[in-house]
Amino acid sequence: MDILKFITAGSVDDGKSTLIGRLLYDSEAILADQLEALHASNRKNDDGTIDLAILTDGLKAEREQGITIDVAYKYFNTDKRKFIIADAPGHIQYTRNMVTGASNAGLAIILIDARKGVIEQTIRHSFLVSLLGIPQVVVCINKMDMLDYNEEAYNQIVNNYKALAEKVELNNVKFIPVSALKGDNIVHSSINMPWYKGESLLDYLENVDIKVDNSAAHARLPVQWVIRPQTDELHDYRGYAGRVASGSFRVNDPVTVLPSGFTSSIAKIEQLDADPVEASTGMSVTIHLADDIDISRGDLLVNSAEQPQVAQLIEADLCWMDTRPLDSTHTYLVQHNSKVTRCRISEVLYKVNINTLEKQYDEEFKLNDIGRIVIKTADALAFDPYQKNKANGGAIIIDSRTNVTVGALMLRSAVD
Amino acid sequence: MSTNNHLDYLDELEAEAIYILREVAGQFEKPALLFSGGKDSITLVRLAEKAFRPGKFPFPLVHIDTGHNFIETIDYRDRMIERLGEKLIIGHVQDSINEGKVVEQKGKNASRNALQTVTLLDTIAKHQFDACIGGARRDEEKARAKERIFSVRDEFGQWDPKRQRPELWNLYNGKIHKGENVRVFPISNWTELDVWNYIRREKIELPSIYFAHERDCITRNGQLMAASPFLNMDEEDVVERRNVRFRTVGDMTCTAAVESYAYQIDDIINEISESKISERGARMDDKVSEAAMEDRKKGGYF
Repeated sequence: MDILKFITAGSVDDGKSTLIGRLLYDSEAILADQLEALHASNRKNDDGTIDLAILTDGLKAEREQGITIDVAYKYFNTDKRKFIIADAPGHIQYTRNMVTGASNAGLAIILIDARKGVIEQTIRHSFLVSLLGIPQVVVCINKMDMLDYNEEAYNQIVNNYKALAEKVELNNVKFIPVSALKGDNIVHSSINMPWYKGESLLDYLENVDIKVDNSAAHARLPVQWVIRPQTDELHDYRGYAGRVASGSFRVNDPVTVLPSGFTSSIAKIEQLDADPVEASTGMSVTIHLADDIDISRGDLLVNSAEQPQVAQLIEADLCWMDTRPLDSTHTYLVQHNSKVTRCRISEVLYKVNINTLEKQYDEEFKLNDIGRIVIKTADALAFDPYQKNKANGGAIIIDSRTNVTVGALMLRSAVD
Repeated sequence: MSTNNHLDYLDELEAEAIYILREVAGQFEKPALLFSGGKDSITLVRLAEKAFRPGKFPFPLVHIDTGHNFIETIDYRDRMIERLGEKLIIGHVQDSINEGKVVEQKGKNASRNALQTVTLLDTIAKHQFDACIGGARRDEEKARAKERIFSVRDEFGQWDPKRQRPELWNLYNGKIHKGENVRVFPISNWTELDVWNYIRREKIELPSIYFAHERDCITRNGQLMAASPFLNMDEEDVVERRNVRFRTVGDMTCTAAVESYAYQIDDIINEISESKISERGARMDDKVSEAAMEDRKKGGYF
């Protein structure tokens, strides 16, 4: 059994919370006391059935306003998979929350209200899913019940969406006609849409292939902590602790330490109860090198065969997340893997109007703005282009005045 | 051989938690691990061994002791510390009471659970901890479902759900001002069942009260409570011998038992898999109101 993390993009009006509620309810992931609270609630649908959206409502403030402000995480599993849902709000003023939820997702569900078809927010959500590099996308065309489960209407939306997908460079798109309210094609196949021959949403989620790149060439491990017991019996022990961000390391592999450029090879890979010969993507391990070189937190171990770019001037996509606009004269901090260094945004190349995808050149970078910039860092970053290797291409900007995370960076390429 | 398979789900959860613990070690000056004696913090201890051995833990363990503990929990704690050779710091709620910082609750449902917050904040201030690792999980209840893995608390220990930092990828921002601290939740993404499956896989020993045993109980507000000197009882309370176990380990006055014949971990996992009640449903203190946890977290609770 493995884990699939997915994000749901859509707004309250599209029935997003109802869709998640339906997934949880029909897959019997709800415990009895929660069910009891659900039945006891005053909130009901117009036809008197239980309002499943209650299951994903979190904070009091949100219940009062009836909207999802923050990212809420929900957990359920079937016999085949453990699922982690990042339930993010869909309105434009919460773009940063969606970006946050999308950053860890392996799959995105994009919700379209069948009565409305592809609209402005569909463009926005699709753009963000593409920007954040989510590898799999499933478009749920919801509220099919309100269109009498009409096949033609569905096909029309599918065609419109395909044009959009091409424009925002989304591949691997899957379409499913659903009614979250009535339960069609969420967990159980719909009897109302015999013309749809594909699987239900849950079937799809259970079986979709999650690819992992475990190639040696892309092996990257940010050093988090150096284990040095300095006891009599472990006098010379020096282990580099970290989690394999991408690719795979094996004993004897040639490695380079970045940004210093020192080279060595892997002498041993350790875990508490075993010394595996291979450390693949996602594993937390302790690495020992054949040579005694100076390595500390913030350094990156990579396979010498195919190395990341090392640069101080980097072009990147930026999503601004703070109410205080970007100040190009201010020195911020950038955190990339375990490395933190000072930085400045030296140039704003353009912003993107995420509703229309048009470029804009004249305005300042404000909350929820997205665009392309050039960042200058005090120490060099060893990175891979985000669209090629998410695990070594994402970074955050921290405002040293408030210590708040104010920006998300998708690094693209070194600038000469 | 290079495979293209994902890690098994327990391996992935474990690797993520180890990663988070190492981030704490790397980012903070004076972290601490909050140890309650419950299965979640026991799991954290095992994860810390995986993260830092053969080195020492880069933090002490901190136990906030209400004085109303199950004796089995304290026994377990002391044996564990002995085995680990790590440092334990105890914050006593009784001290907070003696110093007049908190007042013991009165009445039948009196509990020291709420008083712990003050003792915790005092202990943090005294030792100047800048990060406290806790075993909370997002599946426990709705407010926790939105909490960050690195959750910043102001100098009053308060959590402000509306001012949470965005938390992207696996980049945890532990930067804080003096006086603030961060609560870190390495097993945020685990469910109760995941924890149990991990404990079984790792063969981790637990305090005996997690397993079915005979015990004197009374029924309060529809829940089974262990009869103890800490519980304010009157003539209406009927003490009965029952076969029970506990699903969480907290203060004796607010931790409800469930009728159970699960003597082995396999029995427990079966019981939970078919369970009719969520874990926090067995905690009286959360039943007070739907938003109880959110309010307590804002006040500095774990």
